[in-house]
Amino acid sequence: MTAAVEFSNTSRHYGPVRAVDAVNLEVAEGEFFAMLGPSGSGKTTCLRLIAGFEQPTGGEIRIFGEPAGGVPPYKRNVNTVFQDYALFPHMSILDNVAYGLMVKGVDKATRLREAEAALELVKLPGYGSRRPGQLSGGQRQRVALARALVNKPRVLLLDEPLGALDLKLREQMQEELKTLQRSLGITFIFVTHDQGEALSMADRVAVFNQGRIVQAGTPEEIYKRPQSRFVADFVGSSNVIAPEAMARFGGEKRWASLRPEAIRIGAEGGVAAKVLVSNFLGSTTRLSLDADGVKLHAMVPAGLSVPQVGETVQLVWSASDLHYMDDAA
Amino acid sequence: MHSRSNAAPLALKLAAIGGLAFLHLPILLIFAYAFTTEEKSYQWPPPGFTTQWFGIAWNRPDVWEALSLSVKVGSIATVIALVLGTLCAAAVSRTKFFGREAISLLVILPIALPGIITGIALRSAFSLLDIPFSMWTIILGHATFCVVVVYNNAVARFRRTSGSLIEASYDLGADGFQTFRYVILPNIATALLAGGMLAFALSFDEVIVTTFTGGQQSTLPIWMLEELIRPRQRPVTNVVAMVVVLVTFLPILAAYYLTRDGDQIAGSGK
Amino acid sequence: MSASPSPAVLTGKSGLLTAASDLFWRRPGLLLVLMLAPPLLWLGVIYIGSLIALLLQSFFSIDEFSGLIVYEFTLSTYKQLLLAANFDIILRTVVMASLVTITSAILAFPIAYYAARYAQGKWKALFYLGVMLPLWSSYLVKIYAWKLILAKEGILTWAFEKLHLSWLLDGVLSLPVIGGNSLSVSYIGTFIVFVYIWLPYMILPTQAALERVPGNLIEAAGDLGATPSQTFRTVILPLALPGIIAGSIFTFSLTLGDYIIPQIVGSSRLFIGQAVYTQQGTAGNVPLAAAFSVVPILIMALYLWAAKKKGAFDAL
Repeated sequence: MTAAVEFSNTSRHYGPVRAVDAVNLEVAEGEFFAMLGPSGSGKTTCLRLIAGFEQPTGGEIRIFGEPAGGVPPYKRNVNTVFQDYALFPHMSILDNVAYGLMVKGVDKATRLREAEAALELVKLPGYGSRRPGQLSGGQRQRVALARALVNKPRVLLLDEPLGALDLKLREQMQEELKTLQRSLGITFIFVTHDQGEALSMADRVAVFNQGRIVQAGTPEEIYKRPQSRFVADFVGSSNVIAPEAMARFGGEKRWASLRPEAIRIGAEGGVAAKVLVSNFLGSTTRLSLDADGVKLHAMVPAGLSVPQVGETVQLVWSASDLHYMDDAA
Repeated sequence: MHSRSNAAPLALKLAAIGGLAFLHLPILLIFAYAFTTEEKSYQWPPPGFTTQWFGIAWNRPDVWEALSLSVKVGSIATVIALVLGTLCAAAVSRTKFFGREAISLLVILPIALPGIITGIALRSAFSLLDIPFSMWTIILGHATFCVVVVYNNAVARFRRTSGSLIEASYDLGADGFQTFRYVILPNIATALLAGGMLAFALSFDEVIVTTFTGGQQSTLPIWMLEELIRPRQRPVTNVVAMVVVLVTFLPILAAYYLTRDGDQIAGSGK
Repeated sequence: MSASPSPAVLTGKSGLLTAASDLFWRRPGLLLVLMLAPPLLWLGVIYIGSLIALLLQSFFSIDEFSGLIVYEFTLSTYKQLLLAANFDIILRTVVMASLVTITSAILAFPIAYYAARYAQGKWKALFYLGVMLPLWSSYLVKIYAWKLILAKEGILTWAFEKLHLSWLLDGVLSLPVIGGNSLSVSYIGTFIVFVYIWLPYMILPTQAALERVPGNLIEAAGDLGATPSQTFRTVILPLALPGIIAGSIFTFSLTLGDYIIPQIVGSSRLFIGQAVYTQQGTAGNVPLAAAFSVVPILIMALYLWAAKKKGAFDAL
């Protein structure tokens, strides 16, 4: 089976700046794929390379096996939902959605019918006569989605799709996007700097740093088995423990990550730590602890007794929860 | 603004209103003089009022000839300025390249330098190249300094138009020409209209460069200048002056209303 | 999943325009060159070429007997500028431009300040148009209006008479140098018309600079105990200064190069613009005219250089 999108040794350099540096990547057809990373890590440039707004300075990109080099964006069966939505302000919503069909020469009756259907798909039926300025941020995003989907793209690119929405709307859209992707079967590739969003929505995640992919895998793999300190730091709120501290705790002298919820407050036989801060979060209580100079976080589920600030407790974890990593940042 | 700022000091208010009055009263005075019965001098108050000069001015062929030349020159110069100014603005705002600032300076130069320098420079170039003076030499001069108003309007609008609109159009399958027709042009149209009107107003009123680049032909301002230096029939000049004021107000007001609501044309995001 | 339902890339889009569009997409530099070529040819070749041709002429001289231009490099034409009669013209013009600029700045400030700080909604639009309309009204008509006002039989003389102040007007007119037979043939008249015509060019940038002064800054100064006049001197004026300098570029440059206003309202003594006009026209001395026109370019280049250091260009 050919990959929907394949990067082989693909680079995009701007003079000395290596925005994307020798990236290898395969996105399978029908996959919901996330590109995760801090700003400037190269994830958005990768998206723009797939869309065709940028050209690689090295390596190759294939879309469904076909080399995309030298193919302008308007000849790619790939559509984008822009971060600022980029709705045409001078057109009605219906004309916005029908735009892709119009420039391809689809007759008016057909394209208006299909645009209306696309608006229904994103739950905005009857909004066609309005102008982009009259819609809320969430509605504009749905229009942007409909405008891309009406072209029946083989790959849909989403640039920080939920970035501009408030929390509640964001959670709702996460679910809707996922449902939509499942029902349409289109390959979705989205860019985000929000690890929670990436982990909850995507089938697979690629973590970017400094123009390179530092780890790619399922959300569970990324979360539980980060391969480097950078991934452990960036994804989730794992405790990253230095080799010297690990040696003192009785483990191997290597970098390790330990998720806060894997730490239990035991009676004895563990690592002694002093409670510095205790934050009540509802379903859990988050503790900041000082274990012999090493700062650790632990989660105490509701229902268990929570130690007092200043108290010294014993921390216990099972060896299988401890995850050793490469030193590379 | 805060509560305190609603009450301006009286002295400031008077100075501001006085300043505006200073700007407007002389123009209003022209209106009164258009109706005076006095022919030989600028006597105030006018000894009487009449509307006869409107009829006399209407029947003066030299006024009509000057007006028609001004309209022709203004229209052609505006079209040239629209093409050149838009191209320049698009190049400067869409792409980063070496020498952008130099191009902005080059566009502004013909209006930043005193008109007499532009005028004499063009005149000496025409005589060096043995180009005879005609309507086209006037147009050439006018188009040169009209580019800047179109350019300024277009650059401002390009800056407000979100760059992702063009990418979105490409992304949805429109090639460069379709994108220009369906996305870029509708977004900059009102700015171009406003720039074109201002360019026309600028050309319609220009006198200094025209005195150097025109031969025997008189545009309306050249006709007025001659009347000011060697008055033939003062009341006719009064009437023409009043009409010119009224006619130039229209494109200015229109240009103002076209660019005023520009904010809703800006990128739709955020 | 071996047979794709539709091609992923290279969708069926063809035609001449699309082919051209593809070319521009692959070579954005080509499109840039095509876009820039017409304006650059026009402005760069025709306009800059003419300016250079003019500059070159100033290094030629005129044969005193035949009246023909001698095409040999010489600085003698520039030396003529230093002759008393010619140097007076330059001095007179620069003094006039400076006075006009200072007066415009003083008159413009209250209007700009009121429009920026106090006028709101409809009033703001009215102030804006109130400045824009005179700015764009016909230049000659405005000069003409002042010829009517300043004429001996005009409205100003009449007003002074009605107010029983004719002695004041006569007193002013009898002053040496700046006075004259009537205001319309005196330096005072020239000065008033210059200020009137260029005033809007001073108001707009000053207002733009003042708009950018946050209101709470002025309140902060008051809060810290500054009197209104201290606030004005230490906060408002320094922040408005770039705008005033930007405006002064216009008023100064426009006065330097104008030759119509002193020709219609003023005494018979020449300004730079008139000197250029007569030298190239009736006198037929194009090299001297060219040398004269280099003077305002040099003065403005110096002025712009100084203004740039003050950050005036951000207020344009």
